[in-house]
Amino acid sequence: MFDLTGKTALVTGASGGIGGAIAKALHGAGATVALSGTRVEPLEALAADLGERAHVLPCNLSDAEAVTALPKQAIEAMGSVDILVNNAGITRDNIFMRMSDDEWQSVLDVNLTSTMRLCKGVIRPMMKARWGRIVNISSIVGATGNPGQANYAASKAGMVGMSKSIAYEVASRGITVNCVAPGFITTAMTDKLDDSQKDAILGQVPMARMGEAEEIAAAVLYLASPEAGYVTGATLHVNGGMAMY
Amino acid sequence: MSDVADRVRKIVVEHLGVEEDKVTDSASFIDDLGADSLDTVELVMAFEEEFGIEIPDDAAETIQTFGDAVKFISEAQ
Repeated sequence: MFDLTGKTALVTGASGGIGGAIAKALHGAGATVALSGTRVEPLEALAADLGERAHVLPCNLSDAEAVTALPKQAIEAMGSVDILVNNAGITRDNIFMRMSDDEWQSVLDVNLTSTMRLCKGVIRPMMKARWGRIVNISSIVGATGNPGQANYAASKAGMVGMSKSIAYEVASRGITVNCVAPGFITTAMTDKLDDSQKDAILGQVPMARMGEAEEIAAAVLYLASPEAGYVTGATLHVNGGMAMY
Repeated sequence: MSDVADRVRKIVVEHLGVEEDKVTDSASFIDDLGADSLDTVELVMAFEEEFGIEIPDDAAETIQTFGDAVKFISEAQ
């Protein structure tokens, strides 16, 4: 249904479960994709799996210079960046009273500041092209809060406010900026939870199951598509009904 | 100088859709020529492309009028 033939997409955190699924979905719709992440091996494996139209661009998102260089590298590799998906994210959980400045800052740097820098890097050429799609992967936790995740929740809520503000500024240039807020999705991040934690979470999910990475990817694919051209500043919650907005 | 002014004027006229005679040295892009803040960013991008120069953000903020733009570009070349 959604055709991205001729479009180019940069996806961060593509070595992870959700990022990999997003890259596959965009690629499957015809886009050329640049896969970014810190771990090269899974990126290479994904690129090999996708075949043509896939580039590997490793990047450490806590390194400001490397982040600033990434959009340029992507444009060199693909000729443009029509679609930016800021998916990379880290957690460093701790109860708030014990949360160190370093735990706070590292999460804000990778999740929010790098997203800001990458948006900045692609928006100029998008303005010239009069077309662009930015999809920032937030989290249900940004809307609801979560004990032990003051830093992560702040970064994810920050993404939403930033996305809406940018969306206002560039709407007249054919650029949309939206968020997708996943609930609990089966990934390496949620595999770390033990059974009692999982049961407790599933008790709050009306659909009584974890989501799949492909279900997040489908939401991103929609927001990246020409068909979603009138949707901007929105947050699409994909969470099995866990929180309804 | 006049060549620079002509090329800058052409970009301004095309981008903002204003009459050529409105584009005087003291004409402010925002106050007199109807540009919004995003238009001013795009004008600077267009100048950079036309003249093959880099205009850093802090310098871009000082370019308020047509005359400012011509002066800056003439000196930058």
